[in-house]
Amino acid sequence: MSAVTFNESSLDQVMNQPNSVKIEPAEAPRKPRPTPFFETERGKATLDWLGGALRSALPPVIGIALFILLWQIVSSSGGESGLPGPAKTWESAKELFADPFYDNGPNDKGIGWNILASLYRVGAGFGLAAMVGIPLGFMIGRFQFLSGMVAPIISLLRPVSPLAWLPIGLYVFKETDPASIWVIFISSIWPIILNTAAGVSQVPQDYLNVARVLNLSEWKIFTKILFPAVLPHLMTGIRLSMGVAWLVIVAAEMLTGGTGLGFWVWDEWNNLNVEHILIAIFIVGIVGLILEQALVLIAKRFNYE
Amino acid sequence: MHSYLQIENAEMVFNTKKGKFTALRDINLNVQKGEFIALIGHSGCGKSTLLNLVAGLTDATNGVLLLNNHEIKGPGPDRGMVFQQHSLLPWLTCFGNVHLAVERVFGAKESKKELKARTEAALELVHLSHAMHKLPGEISGGMKQRVGIARALAMEPKVLLMDEPFGALDALTRASLQDELMRIVSETGATTLMVTHDVDEAVLLSDRIVMMTNGPAATIGEILSVDLERPRDRLALAENAHYHHLRGKVLEFLYQKQVKKAA
Repeated sequence: MSAVTFNESSLDQVMNQPNSVKIEPAEAPRKPRPTPFFETERGKATLDWLGGALRSALPPVIGIALFILLWQIVSSSGGESGLPGPAKTWESAKELFADPFYDNGPNDKGIGWNILASLYRVGAGFGLAAMVGIPLGFMIGRFQFLSGMVAPIISLLRPVSPLAWLPIGLYVFKETDPASIWVIFISSIWPIILNTAAGVSQVPQDYLNVARVLNLSEWKIFTKILFPAVLPHLMTGIRLSMGVAWLVIVAAEMLTGGTGLGFWVWDEWNNLNVEHILIAIFIVGIVGLILEQALVLIAKRFNYE
Repeated sequence: MHSYLQIENAEMVFNTKKGKFTALRDINLNVQKGEFIALIGHSGCGKSTLLNLVAGLTDATNGVLLLNNHEIKGPGPDRGMVFQQHSLLPWLTCFGNVHLAVERVFGAKESKKELKARTEAALELVHLSHAMHKLPGEISGGMKQRVGIARALAMEPKVLLMDEPFGALDALTRASLQDELMRIVSETGATTLMVTHDVDEAVLLSDRIVMMTNGPAATIGEILSVDLERPRDRLALAENAHYHHLRGKVLEFLYQKQVKKAA
């Protein structure tokens, strides 16, 4: 205890409550050692989570590292005329993405513009395909007769290579932009039609019996039973279509030119800028992945099982 | 005397790949208003087929079915159906599922408020007000079946048709739902036709038990009147000699007169 200075009030206190004076124990009880964070419940859970995250992240990380290594080996074994290595490509990409939205006339636009141009064409062609394909799929699934009518036509047209439709588009529209949208439309419509039709014909009989017992109108059957029941199949169709559309756009733009990722790849090939071709491949892959994941996320929302 | 539900010489023949298959023949049954009928028999004896005829989901190939002196042609909301697999629409809440039926039957002449009140009353009847806004995927099997019953009853049907409504439930849930069904039927006075293959359930719930012979070409074998007093209590009945006598009669029919040959 430090020295005690008395003033009036403290004296008063001592006088009035003589028994309340605390006696300091000879040895203060030792404070328990605080449990280290990783031994507490929360700590253990965190550790488990970290371990789990590490275990699931490790294989992809190793895979990507090996991929880059392989790329390095291939590029350095080619000597002067070999493929650009990862480091050189990375440098070039940084430069490219420093100014993605410049515009130096029709054939020299930033990478951002080219990506947007491709996305716009995919969006337009795919949107049209959905607008036509979804109702058509519903009708084909609901009416046996119609299904019999269109089945041979679909079987005939579906295996046609998407680019085979391009000349027809060019001939009809006389312009490259609608022609490439047309190619997207015609190549992405089949999965939508087929999956929607399959979904309609697989609606559980139980649900249709409910509709019959309640004597629901066709409109109610469609909005309350058919459409929600078909939605998961529909989403699968849309995902497949989107995949096809994104595959086809690069090829179509190579032929039509102007703007877009496909055009850009071909343009850089003519400039012999191989780094940019490699970058384009990554961009196509990453954008496709993002589109796919976004649709998977939407599809999850409509899963009721 | 006119019966509420009349089935005369009903016959059902299915066209299968192997030719004609007679499922039911010579079905004659008269059901009074407010009566509870259980249809019992071995599987494949056509009890569900008979129920589907009354529901109008299939049309009899021969014979006449009359409900309140009107011929049954096709399904309609005057016959409320409870399915074995509850058949709730998984994207609608319990409220939404019942409301769909209520809207169909009363939508033309009642206001939105009245429709909502009807829906809520039906769910209250099966003691599910608390789960009204849950999706079918979020509630138990017994609760789903109760929503199915609420949906059927909310339409104020002339006849309540139940196709093994408790068949997919565990024994304890089944017992509590049977008790609830007894309460609901006595409250609403619903005329009920129930398919079951549970002997205890048939004796406990029904006024008459219609016992069907084995298929193919099944028909009504015997009809047993269950003259036990209502309200019935399952515990008291366990000690009741007459209950056991009736139960014995059904068992005798099923396991002596209509032995199911091992497949």
